[in-house]
Amino acid sequence: MTQQVSINTFVLDISSGEPQLLGGKCKACGNYTFPISAGCPKCAATDMEKTRLGTAGTLWAWTVQGFPPKTPPYLGDNDSKSFKPFGVGYVELPEVIVEARLTESEPAKLKEGMPLALTLETLFQDEQGRDVVTFAFRPTE
Amino acid sequence: MNRDVAIVGIGMHPFGRHEGVSGMEQGAHAVREACKDAGITWQDLQFAVGGSHSAGNPDTMVSMLGLTGLQFVNVMNGCATGGTALSTAYNTIKAGMSDIGIAIGFDKHPRGAFASDKPTHEVDGGLDWYGGSGMAINPQFFAIKINRYMQKHGISHQTLARVAAKATRNGSMNPMAWRKQPFTEDQVLQSQMLAYPLTQYMFCSPGEGGVALILCRADQAHKYTKTPIYLNAAVMRSRRFGSFEVKASWLPKEEDVGPTVDAAKAAFELAGIGPEDVDVAQLQDTESGAEIMHMSENGFCEDGEQEFMIERGETEINGRLPINTDGGCIANGEPIGASGLRQVYENVLQLRGSAGPRQVPDDPKVAYTHVYGAPGISGVTILSR
Repeated sequence: MTQQVSINTFVLDISSGEPQLLGGKCKACGNYTFPISAGCPKCAATDMEKTRLGTAGTLWAWTVQGFPPKTPPYLGDNDSKSFKPFGVGYVELPEVIVEARLTESEPAKLKEGMPLALTLETLFQDEQGRDVVTFAFRPTE
Repeated sequence: MNRDVAIVGIGMHPFGRHEGVSGMEQGAHAVREACKDAGITWQDLQFAVGGSHSAGNPDTMVSMLGLTGLQFVNVMNGCATGGTALSTAYNTIKAGMSDIGIAIGFDKHPRGAFASDKPTHEVDGGLDWYGGSGMAINPQFFAIKINRYMQKHGISHQTLARVAAKATRNGSMNPMAWRKQPFTEDQVLQSQMLAYPLTQYMFCSPGEGGVALILCRADQAHKYTKTPIYLNAAVMRSRRFGSFEVKASWLPKEEDVGPTVDAAKAAFELAGIGPEDVDVAQLQDTESGAEIMHMSENGFCEDGEQEFMIERGETEINGRLPINTDGGCIANGEPIGASGLRQVYENVLQLRGSAGPRQVPDDPKVAYTHVYGAPGISGVTILSR
């Protein structure tokens, strides 16, 4: 199997073999953020700690990206001939609602409230031939 | 109603694509037109407020217009920049600091959806995980927001198409508009699906253009014009914790209203009137869905009522509450710095009774504008005759 590398270990840890999203938790009010931020947007305290977010949730809202995104910033395939639309949605986890890619891109198969689990999608291969992966959610039913 | 500040001159450079003409030149053209309209010269202005996203620092345009030493403030608030320019100019006069000044907006953007090559969220020295993964794309946000709204409040795809068809019909009657070709609802629905449920013809495009508005103390307005239009409110608000905004990588579970709701309330309070008093409105229509949601966020209807209001034609030029009479962003495109001022320009024409074939009937007296921009900022103005 090709070796995988996280797009950015600041938000996505794959070192255990299972993907995990890294967020922040305010020590003062208990509010969560994704990713961790320098100050709490809810209570304005500045004492935030890094925390792992839940890996399963439900679909809060969604769309399908139907045209190739511009590069930069996009790191995946945006060649108009080979580009394939991908789902994008907000997923309600136990702590927060995070924005992520969805592995499903067929509108008829996407529904608010559907159960989803964290997974990985490959964006591109780096110079060492490793797959650079980002986080995504896949339907579990 | 508070009547301390008046708009006495308006000028515009047509919106669209203008090869070989810089964004700033389009802004300078608008300034000269506005001065002509007010019967003054650039030398008469005591201050200027200018906004541009991609066409240079506005204050450098004094080299084209005249080095008079006036106070020139540059402003930038994403797509709400025009609203900020106007509220800054309004406050300057209201505070008694100056008698007459000008709000200017211009821009020139490359083709295609707005994109940023700088990360929109913290990357901690690594790769841009948000934009790099394909998420920092404005159309996605608008699509996700309207998709959820449609499920919750029973808005149909046909209603999205009706809004876009209206915009292009109104634009076809506006000599300053970029897109003058009216589309049918079927053409709108059959165009390419860019971000479900939004198709290509439901979206506005980044474009070019310039607008300038001359403001003065209301008690001096009759020196410049027979038809002063009073600026009763010009307010800005940013987002609260829990509102759903463009380019948000996460949301808290507790939901709150967006900045548009707060800006609208503050503007109505300042003007001392309510949504029922408004005769014509220009609302941010980044795409069809935005116009629909902004109708209720600004207080013009309850969530879900848009479906029937739009079907009955109530937002058409001859309807109960005409919306985006100049074709809105959908027909004019969105040069960021100029967009919010375009809305006010249109409302001044409507209140003067000089909007030509797209004139709202029955002598409109109160007009409303609303802009929305990243990362969650809204500007509202209320004008009256």
